[in-house]
Amino acid sequence: MAEQEEVGCARPTGGPVGEEPSTENSQQQSVQKEERKMIMVGQKAPDFVAPGYQNGKFVNVRLSDYLGKWVLLCFYPGDFTFV
Amino acid sequence: MSIDSMFVHKMWDDDELKKMVSGGVPFPMLSDAGGRVGKIFGIFDESAGVETRGRFIIDPDGVVQGFEVLSPPVGRNVSETLRQLQAFQLVRETKGAEATPSGWRPGKQTLKPGIGLVGKVWEVWKTNQAFD
Repeated sequence: MAEQEEVGCARPTGGPVGEEPSTENSQQQSVQKEERKMIMVGQKAPDFVAPGYQNGKFVNVRLSDYLGKWVLLCFYPGDFTFV
Repeated sequence: MSIDSMFVHKMWDDDELKKMVSGGVPFPMLSDAGGRVGKIFGIFDESAGVETRGRFIIDPDGVVQGFEVLSPPVGRNVSETLRQLQAFQLVRETKGAEATPSGWRPGKQTLKPGIGLVGKVWEVWKTNQAFD
């Protein structure tokens, strides 16, 4: 499900899947921002990829790889706090 | 998922969480540098630069069935999250033939939505069932 990631010195990042490439036209960007949809129950969750840590391994996770399973996605302010 | 790197996640799991949970956290601890994923889920606090306590229940079709967002000082109720998950699973298993009224927990009475139930909920469901 979550594929193992080779680790280098760089800090890997993930992000939304299928995101529009950013343009230099700031006016167009602000229009896109206003059109960003709210999350709604009954609608598809936006797909994303993200690096992570699991059971002694660094992994790369894609939300859509979990289709067919129930997913609990939890965000929290920071490590070493409570959840 | 938080804005911390996967390296910090490892240190947290190694140094602290393994002391709370035998074997450490079993599921992926994800890194969202810059809050890019948090932003599309609407829970990233731009001014503080951190994710708020957003929690999403996503069904096997990838559809969001429920979410809850709390500001950082207040922690979540894991039992309530699991109760909601069990309720959504029951609804899905019955293909919507059964619904779970307020206060439902596994083993408690469900409702069967239909024309026969209109105006009759009071007969089959009592307000004390809303509470544990």
